[in-house]
Amino acid sequence: MREIDASRVTEAVATLCVEANCFLAEDVRCALCAAEKQEPFAPAREILHILCQNEEIARRERMPICQDTGMAVVFAEVGQDVHITGNFQEAVNAGVRQGYTQGLLRKSVVGDPLRRVNTGDNTPAILHVRLVPGDRLKLTVAPKGFGSENMSQLKMLTPADGLAGVKRMVLQTVRDAGANPCPPMVLGIGIGGDFERVAQLAKEALLLPLSQRNPDPYYAALEEELLAEINQTGIGPQGLGGETTALGLHILTAPTHIAGLPVAVNVSCHVTRHQSMTL
Amino acid sequence: MIRKLSTPLSREDVLSLRAGDQVLLSGVVYTARDAAHLRLVQALEKGEELPLPLEGQVIYYAGPTPTPQGRAIGSIGPTTSIRMDAYTPALLEKGLRGMIGKGKRTAPVVEAMQAYPAVYFAAIGGAAALMASCVTACEVIAYDDLGPESIKRLTLRDLPLVVAVDAQGGDAFAQGQAAYLAQRDAP
Repeated sequence: MREIDASRVTEAVATLCVEANCFLAEDVRCALCAAEKQEPFAPAREILHILCQNEEIARRERMPICQDTGMAVVFAEVGQDVHITGNFQEAVNAGVRQGYTQGLLRKSVVGDPLRRVNTGDNTPAILHVRLVPGDRLKLTVAPKGFGSENMSQLKMLTPADGLAGVKRMVLQTVRDAGANPCPPMVLGIGIGGDFERVAQLAKEALLLPLSQRNPDPYYAALEEELLAEINQTGIGPQGLGGETTALGLHILTAPTHIAGLPVAVNVSCHVTRHQSMTL
Repeated sequence: MIRKLSTPLSREDVLSLRAGDQVLLSGVVYTARDAAHLRLVQALEKGEELPLPLEGQVIYYAGPTPTPQGRAIGSIGPTTSIRMDAYTPALLEKGLRGMIGKGKRTAPVVEAMQAYPAVYFAAIGGAAALMASCVTACEVIAYDDLGPESIKRLTLRDLPLVVAVDAQGGDAFAQGQAAYLAQRDAP
């Protein structure tokens, strides 16, 4: 059994919160630069150029790329041969508190959804823990802004809706989102599982490198087809017209019930953030 | 051509702007998001005095990150405007002449913008580190307890904006998307 002190978790989460918000993940940065070169519509190209400049300024000055520094979504893959000394959940929240306070990130969390008083330190995090083989602890922090989160949708389709129903649902979600989620978007799509599993798959799909396709050729082809169709809508950067409506898209699937076809589309923006560390 | 404008905005300023125009905006604007809008509209309903002037003024839908030492403000960019639409017509009726945000507006807001008149500017969502350099001063003037949602008085210098919806109902999103599709489909 390998011992990891909870204070190391706090330290890692704090660092990851700041780095994720100030340094755009390399895959997203590359996709943004590539889009600027490929965009055929001049006004859209100009917006993409400004977004690339913004990313450079944030990196250089160590400033948040976007003022919505998000809710801190934390994924922990805990090796089953790891023992964490101390309170893990408290350690994660202490990391968020430290990162958002000392790192001058915006505190965007209210403690109760209806009575709405700001918690003042961006806690609590949304924490997903998964037990995996091994003696390591992998932490991923994915701060999520709500301009895009609000545009996400989940639908319990029926088996009869099939592939065509899934495509319609994804395209409709993108059209409904339009200019609101700060396009160019990144889309995480979950298909299968049950009501809560499909939402988590969609969120996890946002962590996958944009340069990488689904290992299953069937879904790789579907990812490419959907991305091409989304980039035919004309929404474009900021919704002001252009080809670059989405920078990338990933599908994650899970086995599901004979009666169901759950689909979730987690909409994200051009500042799709994620940073990981393994302890 | 990029047009330079200063706040407060006159009726003539607003009426001369067209959807798609590029503008560099300078002068004082006020930040307000969801929670501040709720309080402003509740204050209006009770007949209380508002903590900011509205006549000819511009509201920026934004909540910046905390201000680092030696700077005027942290990162600042627009939030999604449509969430403010439930409150906006009441403010337009009181003389609010401009709004800065991102994304589309609903029909009641677009109609009220023609009636009073007013203009809606889009700032580039997510370009918050870059746009911070266009803010030269920031001071909390109301609802400090709301933290990032407090009302702040900002002084802008040449904030780059696009007229997203003008006082005639022109819509830069619809126009821009149509222009792109026309270019793409041209023989």
